[in-house]
Amino acid sequence: MKMTAADVEHIARLARLELTPGEKELFAGQMDAILGYVEKLKGVNTEGIVPTSHAVPMENAFREDVVRPSIGLEKALANAPDRAGTFFAVPNVIE
Amino acid sequence: MKYQPVIGLEVHVQLLTDTKIFCGCSTRFGAEPNSQTCPVCLGLPGALPVLNKKVVEFAIKAGLSTNCSITPRSIFARKNYFYPDLPKGYQISQFEDPICQRGWLDIKITTPDSISADSVKRIGITRIHMEEDAGKLVHGDFSGRDDGSGVDLNRACTPLLEVVSEPDLRSSDEAVVYLKQLHQIVTWLGICDGNMEEGSFRCDANVSVMPVGSSTLGTRAEIKNVNSFKFVKQAIEYEIQRQIDLIEDGGTVVQETRLFDPNSGKTRSMRSKEEAHDYRYFPDPDLVPLVINDQWIERVRQELPELPEQRQHRFMAELGLPPYDAEVLTASRALAEYFEAGVAAGGNAKAVGNWIMGEITRTLNDSGTSIEACPITPGELAELLKLIDNGTISGKIAKTVFDEMWKSGKTPQIIVEEQGLLQVSDSGAIEQIIDDIMAANTGQVEEYRGGKEKVFGFFVGQVMKASKGKANPAVVNELLLNKLKG
Repeated sequence: MKMTAADVEHIARLARLELTPGEKELFAGQMDAILGYVEKLKGVNTEGIVPTSHAVPMENAFREDVVRPSIGLEKALANAPDRAGTFFAVPNVIE
Repeated sequence: MKYQPVIGLEVHVQLLTDTKIFCGCSTRFGAEPNSQTCPVCLGLPGALPVLNKKVVEFAIKAGLSTNCSITPRSIFARKNYFYPDLPKGYQISQFEDPICQRGWLDIKITTPDSISADSVKRIGITRIHMEEDAGKLVHGDFSGRDDGSGVDLNRACTPLLEVVSEPDLRSSDEAVVYLKQLHQIVTWLGICDGNMEEGSFRCDANVSVMPVGSSTLGTRAEIKNVNSFKFVKQAIEYEIQRQIDLIEDGGTVVQETRLFDPNSGKTRSMRSKEEAHDYRYFPDPDLVPLVINDQWIERVRQELPELPEQRQHRFMAELGLPPYDAEVLTASRALAEYFEAGVAAGGNAKAVGNWIMGEITRTLNDSGTSIEACPITPGELAELLKLIDNGTISGKIAKTVFDEMWKSGKTPQIIVEEQGLLQVSDSGAIEQIIDDIMAANTGQVEEYRGGKEKVFGFFVGQVMKASKGKANPAVVNELLLNKLKG
């Protein structure tokens, strides 16, 4: 598989990243190398081995359904670039 | 050409927990915007989501009640997309290995054009998974602004179950029956309040059509925003016709998300967000795998209430109710419990059922009250029925007593005493009334004796009226028959 600038553009678009043509070329090459490495790993016999989704061998971390105080409006909105009343304000979202 | 619609439903069930799925913020509805938030549900960097155990219990309940297998080891995934109501830029959901898989619901299909009885159709449930809800957007005029959108993250991170059906439904009617049955189950289990207007139970419909006899599914459109049973039916019917018209005109259906507009009854294409259907799911490293062993499943199974279908069968088998009555009386858990309490208090099952389906339902509807808030207790209803059974009052007077119980909250005995409503079974008193009426209506007496037996009803009516409804109808019938025969 060969990564092209168009592939990089698609992924950048999904991640809302704006890249220059030079960066697209650069990342295409780097991603190619990563994918090549993964291709190589695929050659390893993994029969009977459960895929690893988590690095730490841990399971079932729960909390009980008990309300804890929220942080409050002012703190919640403190980092908002724009606010209107107690709302975060964003550009028009057209549905 | 004839077309066969193919429909699958995705239902979002908002769970009745006190707190959100991954943090301790309250899920209470109607709070001031953004007041119920914390670093986890605001999506602030470094915050660690921790799973609410009750959400898992509710999911297992839903799965067991819909014949699903509970997955021994399931994981959470990040579903990546950008929208202002999603602060992290991904939704925590389940993708591979959802908590419940491969279940089904048997739905009852009524066939009006067929002589056969109702048939049962099995609708497959592909999966049920847990996920977090997004925030809420408000548009246009809000907080003194006249443009832009506002984001309220109180709802962000609220626990949802998504119940995905197989494309086994073949008509809008089947879709509605399935949806109602699912709604009944989740409200019965007490895991969802079922409020469709407030969005606690929402439905997306995947609709496609294919030529009758074909086995290749057509391209489907996903219809969003259908928040009532009526709209589900309307939206699906509109969409089926739209696709058929499109194909007949030589066009092709495109796979897209469409929005239902309740005002026009139409669906329209949604352009936003859908350009790239690439969610790049991957396991969420913040949330460790969820392992559910058999003991846990068994414990939850023990806690399950008797489900509507089981209860219907018991009402028929143990209490001798007809199937129709059993179905109506198990429409909701509260209704079924009211009925059973009435029977337990000594009421005759059939009579208690009739009064609940008749007077009680009618009065509840008229006053916009729910059965939970019914001012007459099941015990009081049973008392009223006993008064009819032992001849203290007539069935007709019982209706008057019932209305008075509803209004005043008094017991039936007190009302009967206070208002002098005791049934008159004394034959002497009734004979006197009959004699007076026969004397005043000699013409009708002649008619009856001449063979026109229908006039009998006229006399019964007159006697009841003269006794203000208090005469015992059985005694009236007997005496009247003797006297008229002369």
